[in-house]
Amino acid sequence: MNHRQARRRAGDLLAKALLWCGAGAVAALLLAVAGYVCVRGAAGISWRLLTEEESVLRGTVGIFPAVVNTLFVIAASLAVVLPLGVGAAVYLTEYARRRWLVGLVEFAAEVLSGIPSILYAMIGALVFCGRLGLQKTLLAGALTLAVMTLPTVLRTTQESLKAAPDAYREGALGLGVGKWPMIRTVVLPASRDGIVTGCILAAGRVVGETAVLMYTAGLSTVMQDFSSPQGLLHASGATLSTVLYVYAKERADIGTAFAVATVLLAVTAVINLAVSAVGRRARRG
Amino acid sequence: MGKRAAAFLLALLLAGCGGGTARTVELDGSTAMSGVVAALQEAFRQREPGIRINCSGSGSGAGIEGVLEGRCDIGLSSRELTEEEAARGAVGRMLALDGIAVIVHPDNPVSALTREQLAAVFTGKIDRWTEQGGEDRPVAVYGREAGSGTRTAFEAALGVTDRCAYRNEYCSTGDVVGNVAANPNAIGYVSLSSVNGTVKALSVDGVRCRLDTVRDGTYPICRPFLLVTREGTALSEEAGAFLDFAESEEVEPYLAMAGAAAQAW
Amino acid sequence: MQWLERRRRRGEWAARTLFFLCALAAVALLLLIAAYVIFSGLPAIREIGPGNFLLGKTWDSANGENPQFGILPLLLTSVYGAAGAMALGVPLGLLTALFLAKAAPKGVAAAVRYLVRLLAGIPSVVCGLVGMTVFVPFLREKLDLPAGDSLLAAVAVLAVMILPSVVELAEDALAAVPRSYEEASLALGATEAETWFRVDLPAAGSGIAAAAALGVGRAMGETMAILMVAGNVANMPGPLRSVRFLTTGIAMEMGYAAAGSLRQRALFSIALVLFILILLMNILLHLARGRGKEG
Repeated sequence: MNHRQARRRAGDLLAKALLWCGAGAVAALLLAVAGYVCVRGAAGISWRLLTEEESVLRGTVGIFPAVVNTLFVIAASLAVVLPLGVGAAVYLTEYARRRWLVGLVEFAAEVLSGIPSILYAMIGALVFCGRLGLQKTLLAGALTLAVMTLPTVLRTTQESLKAAPDAYREGALGLGVGKWPMIRTVVLPASRDGIVTGCILAAGRVVGETAVLMYTAGLSTVMQDFSSPQGLLHASGATLSTVLYVYAKERADIGTAFAVATVLLAVTAVINLAVSAVGRRARRG
Repeated sequence: MGKRAAAFLLALLLAGCGGGTARTVELDGSTAMSGVVAALQEAFRQREPGIRINCSGSGSGAGIEGVLEGRCDIGLSSRELTEEEAARGAVGRMLALDGIAVIVHPDNPVSALTREQLAAVFTGKIDRWTEQGGEDRPVAVYGREAGSGTRTAFEAALGVTDRCAYRNEYCSTGDVVGNVAANPNAIGYVSLSSVNGTVKALSVDGVRCRLDTVRDGTYPICRPFLLVTREGTALSEEAGAFLDFAESEEVEPYLAMAGAAAQAW
Repeated sequence: MQWLERRRRRGEWAARTLFFLCALAAVALLLLIAAYVIFSGLPAIREIGPGNFLLGKTWDSANGENPQFGILPLLLTSVYGAAGAMALGVPLGLLTALFLAKAAPKGVAAAVRYLVRLLAGIPSVVCGLVGMTVFVPFLREKLDLPAGDSLLAAVAVLAVMILPSVVELAEDALAAVPRSYEEASLALGATEAETWFRVDLPAAGSGIAAAAALGVGRAMGETMAILMVAGNVANMPGPLRSVRFLTTGIAMEMGYAAAGSLRQRALFSIALVLFILILLMNILLHLARGRGKEG
């Protein structure tokens, strides 16, 4: 009996050790990847890299245009996906009475979020760049990404709308306010944090996306003109993650590629911190 | 606020579909030409700061397709146009001559091969470096993807079209350079203009791959760099200005700097 | 008073319609994409013949004389790649999830969770870059290969990339197991670890299946990272051979294929096959989740 108990205790310890080892291995792996990127990238990072344009004639590199392009693509895709995603979520939680409709939209969102980005790239290139005549532009890329990030914004908004207490709604309706003013003044403000989280997550996907932008937004590393509507419409070029691909693959400049990778890692870390900060605020109410 | 932004964007979209003259020129195509074009692009911008030149490297075939389908203004091709492409209206203008350098890792003792030997290596008949006087290592044949101008021109020059046995296929010129530089077993082919200190270019049939041997035609594996437009499609004023610049004698120093041989004027 | 009421009602109607249209947009987009992929994907399959297309062992779409459009090597590579990534990623992910949900002290769990989330956000090109500069040369040297780009390298990169989603979903599923199950098990004299492995894991089974299905979907859909490490020749897959996936097959030739050519339509057919595979995974995921909710 005693012997069996000892064996069971040993098994328990062994199992716990296994869990620690597994999690430790995963953590070590992640740290190693992040650490490796930072170590190899640190040498290449400088203020000039981030704030200048590259010059072939002078032999200098700079990714400033890619930084600006990234910001533009984020802004443009959010401008499209935010109203669409939030509107859809409001309909689903506040208006829709038929369960099958809610289920259908949710299933559609799930499938959309699972479609590989290369399919979005293909469709974006043919529909936005070709059929709609936008050519390879940042705008075409942003529109494709708006479709791609719709499920993210839809889902997070929906969750936060569901979390808004029904007492708020009943209180407002009880005061004789119509449904739309109630949504505008009570429900949406209450779920603001969830909407913001959705936007940050969508921005994160935009930052990380390469395949779509390679085929819809072009690979130019030259500064674009964002000062006029014409310029905005025709601006085309690489974002940060595409420029990483350009340096790693087309230029065989691994040093600069790692520097860009480090920048991307930092952006990812900031995005994660922002999401958890918003989440904490939301929980505090 | 989101709605207002969306409305603004929609207005932009509509304005775009209505057409308009942009001050941008879109180039697309050969990644082998990206070094040369980047130099031209920057030089042109110093003269015409108002015109923006965007260049995407996707491969010669893709650039020609892009011009024919109106996705870009000027295509970049690092091979002659095919009859079919010409029949669909593609017109090529010679920008420069380029040699296709056969490259290996700098530590590889082999420094010269004949065209027959190259054909045997690239078709997989020879798979160890010992047979070429090298170390006892396997040969890793690196090539480009189907559709690449460099691949088409190289295979045609060796008479091994569609018969190469590649270990790996890479999607751009720089990718081949980077991977050959990282692998002592590797052999690959790239534009002379992209050869740098990280790789070693082999002599072919006893001729070294250099600007002068490409220019006088003694280096056996050469091909043109073409700027491709479409017949019957009017170029924008800006694209025309860039073409004129690229065809003028002014570009010679930039071509030389980027490692391509200017054509005889 | 009456006009005010009428205006209000019109406003309500407008808001409702607008929101309804937004909700329909998601469905409409999915239907459009599906229709687009299906209608542009079918003609080439019909032309090449479903048997030749799906079971043909040679993909040589640019051959001037005799182009071949068999996607079996690409299809098998995608299947093997996803399976390999699961074989590596799921056990490791499960252990981590179990650790986070049950065994870890609070602070440690928070730190590991943060790391996992960071990895989830890392752009795939960064993973590809690390794989290309570290793992590919490592494989070449250790196994004395001509070159290290291979299915194995791609599997390793994919395994790392699917870890976060597996960990996150599995942890959620484990955390949702009712506390009373554990208490009952402990009261019967089972040790903590026995309870976690024998009670919590089976109870969270459907959630874990969902995590796995999501991982498979991710692995099958990934493009850029494996484009950088797989070697990209359309060989029949072998662990140390250079291989081409369905996704990288599309990516490599998309720009080249002339509009309307058989080659372009064949690429759409690859897209269709990929779409169907992903749809299947989604349906599995949906079923697993649905069962989880009932149970």
